[in-house]
Amino acid sequence: MPKRLLQLLGVCALAFTMLGAGTPATSFDKIGHQLMCQCGCGQVLLECNHVGCPVSGPMIEELKAQMASGLATGGILGWFVNKYGPVVLAAPIRGGFDNAAWIVPFAVFGLGVVAVLMLARLWRQRHATLASANRHETTAPHISDAFRDRIRQETDLP
Amino acid sequence: MLHPMPSFGSFSLLIALALSAYTLFAGTLALFAIAKKRSLAISAEHLLETSRRAGLASFVVISCAAFALIWAAFTNDFSVDYILHHTNRALNPAYKFSALWSGQEGSLLLWAWLLAAYGFVLRLRHKVDVTLSAYASTILAAVQTFFLLLITFATHPFSIVPGGVPPADGFGLNPLLQYPEMVIHPPMLYLGYVGFSVPFAFALGALMMRYPGEKWIHITRRWTMVTWLFLTCGICLGMHWAYAVLGWGGYWGWDPVENASFLPWLTGTAFLHSVMMQEKRGMMKSWNVWLIFITFLLTILGTNLTRSGLVSSVHAFAQSSIGSWFTGFMVLTFAVCLFTFFYQRDHLRAENRLESLVSRESSFLFNNLVLLAACFTVLWGTLFPVLSEYVQGSKVTMGPPFFNRVAIPIGLFLILLTGIGPLLPWRSTSLRAVRRNFVLPCIAILVTAGALMFAGVRPWQDDEPTSGVYALLCFSLGAGVITAIVAEFLRGAAVVRAQTGKHLLASAFLLTRRNTRRYGGYLIHFGVVVMFIGLAGSAFNQSKEVEMGFGDSLQLGSLRIVCQSYSQDSNANYDTDYAILDVSRNGKAITRMTPERRFYTASQQTSTVVAIHSTLARDLYVVFMGRNPQTDRPIIKVFINPLVNWIWIGVGIIVFGTFIALTPPLTPATRRVEFHERSRIGGLPLLKEPLGTLGQAKAAAVESGHA
Repeated sequence: MPKRLLQLLGVCALAFTMLGAGTPATSFDKIGHQLMCQCGCGQVLLECNHVGCPVSGPMIEELKAQMASGLATGGILGWFVNKYGPVVLAAPIRGGFDNAAWIVPFAVFGLGVVAVLMLARLWRQRHATLASANRHETTAPHISDAFRDRIRQETDLP
Repeated sequence: MLHPMPSFGSFSLLIALALSAYTLFAGTLALFAIAKKRSLAISAEHLLETSRRAGLASFVVISCAAFALIWAAFTNDFSVDYILHHTNRALNPAYKFSALWSGQEGSLLLWAWLLAAYGFVLRLRHKVDVTLSAYASTILAAVQTFFLLLITFATHPFSIVPGGVPPADGFGLNPLLQYPEMVIHPPMLYLGYVGFSVPFAFALGALMMRYPGEKWIHITRRWTMVTWLFLTCGICLGMHWAYAVLGWGGYWGWDPVENASFLPWLTGTAFLHSVMMQEKRGMMKSWNVWLIFITFLLTILGTNLTRSGLVSSVHAFAQSSIGSWFTGFMVLTFAVCLFTFFYQRDHLRAENRLESLVSRESSFLFNNLVLLAACFTVLWGTLFPVLSEYVQGSKVTMGPPFFNRVAIPIGLFLILLTGIGPLLPWRSTSLRAVRRNFVLPCIAILVTAGALMFAGVRPWQDDEPTSGVYALLCFSLGAGVITAIVAEFLRGAAVVRAQTGKHLLASAFLLTRRNTRRYGGYLIHFGVVVMFIGLAGSAFNQSKEVEMGFGDSLQLGSLRIVCQSYSQDSNANYDTDYAILDVSRNGKAITRMTPERRFYTASQQTSTVVAIHSTLARDLYVVFMGRNPQTDRPIIKVFINPLVNWIWIGVGIIVFGTFIALTPPLTPATRRVEFHERSRIGGLPLLKEPLGTLGQAKAAAVESGHA
């Protein structure tokens, strides 16, 4: 049952991400934003703002021609990579080592979260140990929440 | 042929190098003698004083070198190679001044000059702590010596043109740099970059001398905040320049040069937060030291990236061989930091302890995590092409799609923490306090999300829902954070009003003056959220590009743009083509816009001057892109960019908040209080004075989040 539920969720997610993906104008815009202009401006193909740019115009025509030939997105991008090299892609999506570009930041963030949680737990344990040791030594008066609130109320320290 | 002013500049640089080297050498010798209690031929104190005075003099001498270069620009001395390549006779005087930093050599001279200026102030204020200032001065002198060596031997700004005979006119300044913001953006950015050398020098110095306590943090707090402010202003001015000049409708393109400035900002921001943990609780000493070390190293890395040609960027300086100088300097600096850290690590031993996971301390931990994760992501994205070339043999591009997909979720998490962090008290909190502080912001988040969806923001109906979802999240979280900040102000102001009888606004003003640091911080957070809201507006950008003849019109959204005419103008520096466009909505005239395209005669380059009509809701951004080579018809590109003004307003609030935070408070933030344990009302001890901290009350006030 959980497996079926997961499959269902997977299909829903896929359907959600595929919504509206079929329209040609959308595909042109989408693929055009996954490619970089190769004139050296460092801009996304459809955002290159050089009038008479010797590169972006022909590249856009090539994109239209590839789309007209019926190639899928992957095929079109592959065609551009073959012609211009991997630098034509606005982000590394060829698989293999390119995946590291996407995985590493999230992995580092995830490891960071784990490390911070572990550190917080360690420090909390240290505090508990020290607090219990202090309790044996002194009997500090208890500060209640109500007392804290009273102080907050009577000071400008929220 | 004699070249008096370039010779004066060159000699000034040589003298500055000698003075800096002396400051470094004499300072090191004297501090070593003091630390090891060894006697020298002259007293260590006297030697230190000569070192300090040499450091002061080096600023005067580098100022002379900078003056010589500016003088050469203003007098059209094209015998200086740098002036020949970056100015021309018809150049506006303001841009002649900015020629100082428009090229590699000049900008490095600016770096050295600003570093000397910071050092000058530091050495003048040495009585704050004579020994620590001496350490910081010596470390700054080391950095300054490196830059002066670089300027003198690798990128000399006073090189004479081959043959020594100057041409009649210069090649002109890059047209993209002929914009008012370019007169202030680079100095601001450099003040930020260079400024981090000062807290770095203090931190390293404090570690070297095993400085007792946390006073070095108090000494450097203002330095760090001012530096952070300069860097923030520099980055944001750069964003505005990119928006107003480059003509692509955006303000941030994740270019390596932009990223290079963003990296130290992220770690510097993390430092400003985490250092409070050390100040208040004596925690995270090693972490803070490393944060400031890394921030300094990132400023050097950023400079290296911009100048070495390691990564390709449209607005990097020309590729040169100085990358190896920077790499060597970075390695040496890192080695010194590492050695000092290991040698003195027992001095940084701290009693890190956490009373509760739901506390200000833990929120700072996560704040640091998110900022450093963002820093790592940007650094990773910037350097991945180099890594890919090394591993796969082929370079890849890390464009906006990568950064937008990876960095935006981290940014959203940061907004969330911006709201949560300040609401949590130090040490621990009660459930009641959590409920009291978080109910209103949570309601604001839900109401905003609902209202936006009701108003038509339904990204799941879009073809590409991701950016819309992020924007919806950003608006909702932003509303929550703003509510939390306003509630904090009102809560505090209500208490002051009860004490003083003033009206609410005056009470809020008094509250802010009493605790400038805390409420200035809130204002900065408010500004950051307003900025994020503006950034999220880009999810709803629209644009259209058309060829427009006389009388032609285009419709974009609710706006209609009609081309009235085209005209031309000319001056000694450039020729201008401009369009005259009338904008209306539902037949009602809104404005007339005149986007320009300029052709600069000296440099034979063109540039656009964008016309922008701004309102709080949107920017109408019009670019005259030139003429179609086939049809000779003018091309106009129009963008509607929602909420862009919020970004600049947010920056203004951040600047204002930082000024507030830098202002000394009206009254001491803590006051004495006396307990009368025997006099109790309703089981609570009676406070003789309404305000105060002493003993347990102090602990409780600190817990309440007093920053």
